[in-house]
Amino acid sequence: MARLTNSPRFALDPMLPQRFVVERLWRETADTFTVKLEPVDKTADFAFAPGQFNMLYVFGVGEIPISISGDPADNTALLHTTRAVGTVTKAMSRLKPGDMLGLRGPFGSNWPVLEAGGHDIVLVTGGIGLAPLRPALYAILAQREKYGKVVLLYGARTPEDILYKKELARWRAHFDLEVHVTVDRATESWRGNVGVATTLIRRAPFDPQDAVAMICGPEVMMRFTTQELLRRGVDSSRIFVSLERNMKCAIGFCGHCQFGPQFVCKDGPVFALKRVEKLLNTWEV
Amino acid sequence: MPVQLLDWEALEEFFTALKRRGFTLIGPQLQDGAIVYDQLEKPEDLPLGWQDVQDKGSYRLHQRDDEAAFGYVVGPHSWKRFLHPPSLRLWRAKRSESGFDLQEEALKDPKYAFIGVRACELSAIEIQNKVFLGGSYTDPHYRARRQGAFIVAVNCTQAGGNCFCASMGTGPKVETGFDLALTEVLAPSRHYFTVEVGSEQGAELLKEIPHQEASQQEIATAQQLVATAAGQMGRELDNSGLKEILYASYDHPRWDEIAERCLSCGNCTMVCPTCFCTTVEDVTDLSGQEAERLRHWDSCFSIDFSYIHGGSVRASGKARYRQWLTHKLASWIDQFGSSGCVGCGRCITWCPVGIDITAEATAIRNSQAVTGVKTKGTRHVQADH
Amino acid sequence: MYKQTIDELLVRHSFFAGLDPRVIELIAGCGLNEKFSAAGYLAREGQEADKFYLIRHGTVALELRAPGQGPLTIETLQEGDILGWSWLFSPHRWQFDAKALTLVRATAFDGVCLREKCEEDHDLGYEFMKRFAGIMIARLQATRLQLLDLYGTAD
Repeated sequence: MARLTNSPRFALDPMLPQRFVVERLWRETADTFTVKLEPVDKTADFAFAPGQFNMLYVFGVGEIPISISGDPADNTALLHTTRAVGTVTKAMSRLKPGDMLGLRGPFGSNWPVLEAGGHDIVLVTGGIGLAPLRPALYAILAQREKYGKVVLLYGARTPEDILYKKELARWRAHFDLEVHVTVDRATESWRGNVGVATTLIRRAPFDPQDAVAMICGPEVMMRFTTQELLRRGVDSSRIFVSLERNMKCAIGFCGHCQFGPQFVCKDGPVFALKRVEKLLNTWEV
Repeated sequence: MPVQLLDWEALEEFFTALKRRGFTLIGPQLQDGAIVYDQLEKPEDLPLGWQDVQDKGSYRLHQRDDEAAFGYVVGPHSWKRFLHPPSLRLWRAKRSESGFDLQEEALKDPKYAFIGVRACELSAIEIQNKVFLGGSYTDPHYRARRQGAFIVAVNCTQAGGNCFCASMGTGPKVETGFDLALTEVLAPSRHYFTVEVGSEQGAELLKEIPHQEASQQEIATAQQLVATAAGQMGRELDNSGLKEILYASYDHPRWDEIAERCLSCGNCTMVCPTCFCTTVEDVTDLSGQEAERLRHWDSCFSIDFSYIHGGSVRASGKARYRQWLTHKLASWIDQFGSSGCVGCGRCITWCPVGIDITAEATAIRNSQAVTGVKTKGTRHVQADH
Repeated sequence: MYKQTIDELLVRHSFFAGLDPRVIELIAGCGLNEKFSAAGYLAREGQEADKFYLIRHGTVALELRAPGQGPLTIETLQEGDILGWSWLFSPHRWQFDAKALTLVRATAFDGVCLREKCEEDHDLGYEFMKRFAGIMIARLQATRLQLLDLYGTAD
């Protein structure tokens, strides 16, 4: 019979993790943490593009997708920030320096950081969604002169749930970066904004005719954010979202992450809104 | 190479030649009231004289009035269980000083010879080739199994009650992707097969067994039988514009109706020869020293299938049926360049409540115009709130 | 002097966009600039709502008090935001506290005067209703999103 042609990856098993060691693990908020990894094989390369994710495996417990949240230009630090909510993330949150993890990746599409050069940038994010967007912000700030106005709009549940607090304060001090943070609920001691992230959009300083928007947060939040951006006049071809779906393989084999014709693992997680707009507004896809 | 002819009596030598080359023969046989695929030793293991009668949610075996070896259509099994096994260990891990060591699972090439692969099933294998080998990543387990396999296809000379391969353009005649393709002919005094050679490997093998060139008459007889099957299809499916219709029908009321019948049992996905979804299971031994990762077939009908933190994306049965049918008949085309359905009818036969994919797709097609208006109305209302 | 400034302010603001210049003049005539120091109140729950504000500078917190809890901030408003619609609807009482979190400069519009004008001139009344309804819808939607507790823990 006709022989199947060999692809270059033939010899590699894409389901086999590489071994990484926890260099450091620290709490960000009550239920989130960041883990810094280094490869056992020192020559292993973990270059990634902003928006991509890895599959992290905890021995005997399981494997889950987690977005990479560090600086893509810094090849000495591989960072993942996540919430300890499931069996795997809870087990991961208890790891100590020197403990081993399995890692496959990086997988998926990335934020259009290069393509957005010359434009205003609006990053809208909610909750843990700041983690997958942070690499994009690092990349943009590294070449700040290539962009117009840069705005980060971030919504958290309460002031205690705000991620990367120190860094946000540092970013806020940048004269060429607008950082607006809001929380859903707060007591008197909070001096900042209260209200959902979408309410920040209407007064954020960017040119809707020119801006490229990147959104990452819960799907409902992204839907409403999208509507608000469209209302301000941002064209849907310049809006990008990052989707979350169940994933077992990250390479398009397990079928779990399908979103209409898209496989979120390989066609996403970052999508141009145009491509997924209709399905985002359809129930239970 | 011209069409050859193999007598029934030569089949044993054919099997022996395959075994001599190290192949494990897998083929149809009678088990538990059904014709399933399992290891074959000799031609007599074939379901001689048996025929399956299929309808919605119904499968029965009947005794034929001849001794046909391939006188049935398709059973609950498909070849995917050998190429893409229901359960597979992906790797093992062992605790070590530094953490753990990973042990790759050796790639198995069981050297299968598949006996009796139908045209629709060959198409299904082609489709799974695209899934597992056609992208930027390939599944080494599938590749090893597929590469080593010897395929003996058999043309259908009759169609079943749930067959619609003619609609899908996948049968009943095998066209490509086989090593040897047989057509079984039961003449009054003679039981023989015409043989088409599809590969060098097939030609080599044929040399080792008694055969002759088929006469024009014999070829014509065989062709006539296959043509008869093409005219006997129990069902049909109109594929024209179906993708666009289904993409426009996410809000169609028909999904609610189907959901009232559908049990979300996942039978359709298990018997489907193209359904490829899997889940993984991580297990450890009692001491916690060894772990392994297993891969199992999974079904988009299970509620956990779409679980993300906060709940399942497809919590309702109708969303799950919609996902399955829309994937199979529409989004598959965008993903892999062809429909995910080969018209074998298994999902109709093995559905405990007899849901018929062709009927559901047709119902949606026929009421499409009405839904279009309805959908618009719903949107309008939503936008106002 | 004041009147002119308010006039200009109104013409530039999207809330008043498209209103007849005569109406703008009328509204501006009902406006008065006010200043609140941090922790001062623009409105107190239960008190008579006889005005609405256009915030020109600073941050205002809308607060609710619940027994056993301190004040809970529901939303913060900023420069350019409109505060208060209770003046338009019976029983004309504020439904929450509006507290200045910073120094706040705002223009207050006399609701009693405008209410009467709206009753006399239904075209004007309709314009007001449309514009305040827009603000209410935006707030309602934001509140619904808040209710979803999007980033909350489900388990």
